[in-house]
Amino acid sequence: MLVLFGATLRALPRIFRYRRNLAEQLFEIGNASLFMACVLSLFIGGVLSLQAGPLLAQRGLGSMLGGLVGASLAKELGPVMMSILIAGRIGSAMAAELGSMRVYQEIDALRTLNIDPVEYLVLPRVVAISLALPCLLVFSLLIGSAGGAFVAALNPEVAVSATAFFNSLKATLEPRDIIHGLIKTFLFAVTVGVVCCNQGLDTMGGPRGIGRSVTKAVVNSIVFILVLDYVITRMLLPFTQASMAGGF
Amino acid sequence: MTSAKIAESGVAVRVHQLRKSFGSQIVLDGVDLEIQPGEIFVLMGPSGSGKSVLLRHLIGLETADSGEILLNNTRIEDEGIRDRFRLAMVFQSGGLLNSLTVGENVGLYLSEHRLKPAAEIERIVQEKLALVHLGPKDSLKYPSELSGGMKKRVAIARALVMEPQVVLYDEPTSELDPLVAVTVGREIVRANAVTRATTLVVTHDRDLAFGIANRIAFLSEGRIVAVGTPEVIRASQDPLLRRFLSADFTRD
Repeated sequence: MLVLFGATLRALPRIFRYRRNLAEQLFEIGNASLFMACVLSLFIGGVLSLQAGPLLAQRGLGSMLGGLVGASLAKELGPVMMSILIAGRIGSAMAAELGSMRVYQEIDALRTLNIDPVEYLVLPRVVAISLALPCLLVFSLLIGSAGGAFVAALNPEVAVSATAFFNSLKATLEPRDIIHGLIKTFLFAVTVGVVCCNQGLDTMGGPRGIGRSVTKAVVNSIVFILVLDYVITRMLLPFTQASMAGGF
Repeated sequence: MTSAKIAESGVAVRVHQLRKSFGSQIVLDGVDLEIQPGEIFVLMGPSGSGKSVLLRHLIGLETADSGEILLNNTRIEDEGIRDRFRLAMVFQSGGLLNSLTVGENVGLYLSEHRLKPAAEIERIVQEKLALVHLGPKDSLKYPSELSGGMKKRVAIARALVMEPQVVLYDEPTSELDPLVAVTVGREIVRANAVTRATTLVVTHDRDLAFGIANRIAFLSEGRIVAVGTPEVIRASQDPLLRRFLSADFTRD
């Protein structure tokens, strides 16, 4: 996997040559996941308000709900949930497509045409997922906050108006929180792309092998996302602790 | 076809003491072969005898445990070999990229290496498709819309676009009915006549082997058992080869 990552990195300067493949992949990712990402974010924001809202309200901290939902979405739930969604929706498709190409000798055929499969197949996919996933995080943050505000306003146990919710969100959430989320999401995206392409290229043994590769691609991606989540959060903590302290 | 008709161009291929094992299974056990420039050489043998593995070594998809392969006396592992010699392969399944149209598949080598302008690539694609009796309408189709025989012909056209000096065919008539198999066999002979490339065909189809070959080698259990013209192979008394050639379906 590290070898594939290195090869993809080395091929990066030639991405402009594969702009058509890149555009196709971006369209595919957006087309396949934007709606799902919006639905998921709406309900994550809603459930955060539903869980945390009454607890904060009971302690007279209901006005801070917007900040809590926004920070949770930007720094933790948005990156992790969007990455898991993309691993399941796009990563699995990548592994299946490359696995099928491997089994049906399409990748061997590329090699005989002196075309590097990493440049032609892996590079556009990894770049596309790395560009698309941070964009999805921004959507997730917007839609999730709306979901949170909606539940906060309608739930009588919380009873925080949308204006108060968004004022709290604005006061708490700083640009560096969003940058924190974007860095995480970008690194998760690269991981999902490389893990899933690697599984696809390593496929052996016909249609059953493709199935095995898809399962391994998704499971390994999720494990990597969760492990990396801890590592990155630990590394970025000193830079974001100040904003948390200030906001709450 | 006689050896007198063999063209002067093409590349001499020499395989010397090639050995390959996968785990404890010996697949190639000291294979020696010499293929003349421009000839159609058929490597015949039963399933699992190591034919396709040998082909994959020639195109660089496998690395031998020991032994060597030489193209005009240059080892295929040598640096820059791919710049000096053009090798093309037609895969058993065709190996066409399903996400591309027939035309895009055929022109892929030229477009990806930016060897010609788009209009010139289109002209060459149509020319090569015409060689295998496919038309402009076919170039817009996707591989999933093609029959097995058409896929093989597209794969041949894609190989020809490289203007190869060596063309390798892996089981070109497998999964084809006898009529289509004959057509594909004719396309191979025709392509050889046009390109004058050294042609190596791997098959267990006896009719194809005797129909198109200048020379035939019989591979069994990773070893070359017999080599010669079709007449020599027919007359061989080697028991393994005799068994392979005389195998027939008869009801008790």
